[in-house]
Amino acid sequence: MLLISCPWCGPRGESEFVFGGEAHVTRPEFDAASDVEWGAYLYDRNNPKGVNLERWRHAHGCRQWFNVARSTTSHEIIAVYAMGEAAPEGVR
Amino acid sequence: MRRRASSNARLPAGGDVERSKILNFTYEGRALRGFAGDTLASALLANGVSVFGRSFKYHRPRGLLAAGVEEPNALMAVGSRSARRVNVRATEIELEEGLDAAPVNCWPSARFDLASINDVFSRFLSAGFYYKSFMWPSWALYEPMIRRAAGLGVPSSTPDRSIHDNLYAHSDLLIVGGGAAGLAAARVAAAAGARTILVEQDVHLGGALRWRGGEVAGVSARAWIDEVEAGLEARVRVLTRTTALGYFDHNEVLLSERIAGDAEGRTRLWRVRAKQVILAVGAIERPIVFPGNDRPNVMLASGVHRYLGQYGVRVGRRLALFANNEAAHDLARAYAAAGGEIAAIIDPRSAPAGGDGSRIEGEIIATEGGGVGDPAVRAILVRGRDGARTRIEADVVAMSGGWSASLELFRQSGGRGGFDNDAQAFLPAHSVQAEQSAGACNGALGLEQALEDGHRAALAALGRLNLKTPELAAPSGSSASAARAAAARAHRVAAKGRAFVDFQNDVTASDIELAVREGFRSPEHVKRYTTLGMAPDQGKTSNLNGLAILADLSGAALSSFKGPSHRFPYTPIALGALSGLERGALARPYRMMACHDAHVALGARLEEYGSWLRPAFYGVDEKAAIEAEIDAVRHRAGIFDASPLGKIEVKGPDAAKFLDRVYANTMSTLKPGRLRYGLMLNEFGIVIDDGVTARLSEDEFLVGTTGAGAERISAMLEEWLQCEWRELDVVIAPVTQAWGVVTLSGPKARAVLVAAGVDFDVSPEAFPHMHLRAGVVAGLNARVARVSFTGEVSFEVSVAADVTGVLWRKLSEAGASLGLKPVGIEAWMHLRTEKGFLHIGADTDGTTNALDVGWSHVLKRKSDFIGRRSLMRVADQADDRPQFVGLELLDGQTLLPVGSHLREAGADGPSEGHVTSSVYSRVLVRPVALAMVRGGRRRMGEIVHVKTKAGTRRARIVTPGGYDLEGARLEA
Repeated sequence: MLLISCPWCGPRGESEFVFGGEAHVTRPEFDAASDVEWGAYLYDRNNPKGVNLERWRHAHGCRQWFNVARSTTSHEIIAVYAMGEAAPEGVR
Repeated sequence: MRRRASSNARLPAGGDVERSKILNFTYEGRALRGFAGDTLASALLANGVSVFGRSFKYHRPRGLLAAGVEEPNALMAVGSRSARRVNVRATEIELEEGLDAAPVNCWPSARFDLASINDVFSRFLSAGFYYKSFMWPSWALYEPMIRRAAGLGVPSSTPDRSIHDNLYAHSDLLIVGGGAAGLAAARVAAAAGARTILVEQDVHLGGALRWRGGEVAGVSARAWIDEVEAGLEARVRVLTRTTALGYFDHNEVLLSERIAGDAEGRTRLWRVRAKQVILAVGAIERPIVFPGNDRPNVMLASGVHRYLGQYGVRVGRRLALFANNEAAHDLARAYAAAGGEIAAIIDPRSAPAGGDGSRIEGEIIATEGGGVGDPAVRAILVRGRDGARTRIEADVVAMSGGWSASLELFRQSGGRGGFDNDAQAFLPAHSVQAEQSAGACNGALGLEQALEDGHRAALAALGRLNLKTPELAAPSGSSASAARAAAARAHRVAAKGRAFVDFQNDVTASDIELAVREGFRSPEHVKRYTTLGMAPDQGKTSNLNGLAILADLSGAALSSFKGPSHRFPYTPIALGALSGLERGALARPYRMMACHDAHVALGARLEEYGSWLRPAFYGVDEKAAIEAEIDAVRHRAGIFDASPLGKIEVKGPDAAKFLDRVYANTMSTLKPGRLRYGLMLNEFGIVIDDGVTARLSEDEFLVGTTGAGAERISAMLEEWLQCEWRELDVVIAPVTQAWGVVTLSGPKARAVLVAAGVDFDVSPEAFPHMHLRAGVVAGLNARVARVSFTGEVSFEVSVAADVTGVLWRKLSEAGASLGLKPVGIEAWMHLRTEKGFLHIGADTDGTTNALDVGWSHVLKRKSDFIGRRSLMRVADQADDRPQFVGLELLDGQTLLPVGSHLREAGADGPSEGHVTSSVYSRVLVRPVALAMVRGGRRRMGEIVHVKTKAGTRRARIVTPGGYDLEGARLEA
C-alpha cells in the first residue's frame, strides 16, 4: 500500500485516497474541438514506464485534490504538488 | 508387520522444554504426552512417531524433513470439527494441554493409507500426466475424480466464528528475524533509541543460536540471547510467534502474530509501516536429491540438530550424516554428545576440506525401510567414489546440500538479485525500497559473519534515519563450524530410483528430466509443467535444487536464471485474519435513517437501497401491503421517508454559473424560492443522475440527487471545482444526513399538512407546484418543497435530522383520520412508473445519453456543460439509438417481465430494445411498461412484439406513463 503525503494532512495510507487518473489533461472548448480532439481528451492517456503525473483525492480525509508524480516501476512518489501547478522541474 | 520400537529419545536435560510441565494431547485419536515448550512435531518425535502424513500425489508415507517453517510433509488438522484448522505445519504448532491433531491427506491413518495405491502406479503419474492421460474423450469427465484425490486437508464446513484482530503500527526500524543477525541489529537500534519493532516467528528469540550452540561475546550463545533480550525491553517492541507474511509498497510489512494458548488458533494481523527495514530472515537448508530421500527419518541436518538442541529430542540411535558442507558436521558432534552413534559420515566431495579421515567419500544411492507399515529408514546403501557399495545400518539420515538464502520478503519488496557463485545461492543485490538484508539471507552464513552483518545493517539504517549511532562494537561470535562455514553446491546423486526435489508437491528429479526431454527450458515453464515449487510452501526447500538440476540438464548456468519470484503470503494465513472485523454485518454496514425505529414499530420490511436500510413496504403480506399503500397515495395520502435523497448545498457568487455547467439544463434562470428538475451527465454525455434543485437565494442552491448518487455527485462537484474550474468562487457541502425529509403525497396531502399545523398559506395559488417555502410545520422549523415523484400533490417537508422522528409522528397523527398510510419504496417506485417518470439506473444504463431520454433541447444552449461536446457527435445523435418510451399492452392484463426484448411486429431480426420498468397500474386498470426502444420516439403508435417466456406479446409504443398526462393532479 502506498504512503501518500497529502499536502493538507500529511502522510497517510493509500486506502484513504482515491486515484483520479492522469493529471494535466486539457479540456478542449466544446465549440472549437473537433471530434478527434474531443475523443483524445476523453480516451487518450499516457501509460509511461517511469514517472507518471497523476491526480489523487484524499477522499477519507480533507477531500482535497492534488497532483502526484509517481514512478510506475518502483512506485516511488517523487513529488506531490498542488492542483493547477505544473510538475516541478526535473520530475519528468 | 510388527513395528520396531522407536529409538528416539528425550534427553534428560537441555533445550527449551520444561520437563516438569507435562501436557496431554491426542494424535490420530491416541492419547500422548509431551512437555511445555514442545511443538507438536517434537512431542510426536519424543513419542516415537516417525510417519507424519502422506504425500500429496503418491500418498507416500512421510516423516518430518525439518523442524521449522520450511517443513513440507507434516501438515496437520488441529481442533475439533467446528473449529478445525487444517494444513498447519506440526513444527509450528505449540503443544498445549488437550491439543487434538491428526495428519491430513491420509485415510484411515498415516501409517496405513488406502490411496497409497497411487504410488504403485507412479510411473503413470509423472509430470504432465493430467494433460496426457485424461484427455479422451474430455478432461471434464476426469476432473471431479482427480480433484477429490488431490488436495490436502478438509476445512471445517461451518463458518469460522473467530474474530481476528487487525492492528496498525509505525516504526523507525523494523527488524524481521530474531536470530544472530537480527539480535545484533536490534541491540544497536535499542542503544540508539530508534523506535524499533523486532519480529521473530518462533516462540523464543535467538534463531539457530538457540540450538546450534557456540559462544558470543565471550559467553554462551544462550546467555548472550538472554542478555540482549533484557536490553531490548521497554525500548524495542518484540513480537515473537510473529511471521512477516508480505512486503508491500512503501515499506508496509504485513505480520501475523499467533496468540499464545488461544484455543481458536487466532492471529493478530499487523500492518507495519517502517521507515527502514532490516530483513534478517536467515537461510533454509537444502535437501540432497538422492533415491529414497523422502523416507521417514531422512531429515535435514538442521532439523535433527534443532530437535536435539531446542527440544531435547534425539531422533534415532544411529545417525548417518550425508553432507557436502562443513556446517552440517556440527551435528555429528552434538549427536554423539547426546549418546547417539555415528554410523557414517558421507561426503560427496573429493578430499573434502576439513575432512578428518573418518568420512566416506561417496553418496547414498538408496535407503531401506522396515517394510509395509514400517517405512522409516533402517539402512542405507552407499556408493564410494571408487564405486564400492556398502550397506550401512542407520535409523536416521541427516542430509545437507547447502543453504538457500530466504529471499521471499526481499523479492516481494521489489528487490532484485541473482545467483551468487560464492554463496551458491540467490542473494539480494539491489534494493528498491528502504530495506537491507543482513545475515544468512544476505549470504553471511557463519555466526561471526552474521553478527557483523546485522550490526553493520543497523548502523547503516540509523545513518539513513539521521539518528546518532551508538558507540558499540559488533559482538564477536564463535561456533564449532563458524570459521569453516562454506557454501555448498546444490547436490543431486546420479543413481536409479525416485529422488524427491519438491516434497510437498511430490516432484522428483526424473520429472524435471522428463520436462527437459520434452523441450521445456525456461524455469517458469518447467515449474508449471512439473508443479515444482507450486505447493503452499512455495518451494522453500526445493526451488534451488530444482533449478540446479534444470541447469545441469539444459546446459545453462544457474547464474543465467532470475530465480523464483515469491508472492504474499510467506506462509498461509486464514482468510478470517485478513478480513478482521470487516465481516458479517460489519463487512458493509448499512446506513440507518433517523427515524428507523418508527419504521420498525410500523412493521416495515427493511431492505437495502443504496446502502441505506429503508422500508420496502409496511406489513407482512407483500402484495397486499404494496397495493394498499398505492391506493392510499392515489385516493387519500401517503407518508414516505425520503431522507436518503441526496442534498448538496452549493454556495458562492459563482454558484449559478457553476450549476449551469454541471447540469444539462440551465439553472441560473431559476428564481429564489423555486425548484427545477435537472439532469446531470458525465463527460461522455451519459445520464448519471437527476434530481430537483432549489434556489434558496441569489448565491445559494440546494442540489437534490438520487439517494444512491449523494456521495458520488458531491465528489464529482468537488472534482470539477478543484481541478477544472478553479476560478469559480463556489463552495459545496454535502448535507444529506443533516436533514430528515418526510413526504406527504396524495389528494389529502394538503389537508394532512394543515392538520399538523403550518404557519404559511399552502393553497395551490399561494404555494404552487415546484415552489419552496420555509416556515414552521407541526411546531418544527422546516423547509417545504412542492415536488412530486408520484404524480399526486406532494409536500416534501425537511427538518433537522434529529427531529425527523417528531415530524413523522406528528404528521402521522394529523393524518390518521384522513386515511394517511406509511408508504415504502416498492409502492413509491410503482407510482412513478405508472406516471411515466424516468428512474436513472432502472430505465437508463451506462450507454444512455441525454438525447436518448428526450432532452435534445439542451443542445440549443449557448454555453458549455459537462458532456455537451459528446452529445454533438454523430453517433450520439443517431436516430436509431435506444430511446425512452412507454409501452401499451394490446393483449391482456398480464405484466411484461422487465428485461424482455422486443422486435418490430412480424420481423425476426435482432432485438429492437427492452422493457426497463413494468407494473400493473391499479388506477388505470391495465399493465404499464417503460422501455428503451431503438428510434422509439419516431415510432410512436407502432405495434411491436415482445418476447417473453410465456410467448410473444403485442404492445404499442406510446408516451411514457399514461396516468394524468395533463398533470392536473400534480398541480392541484
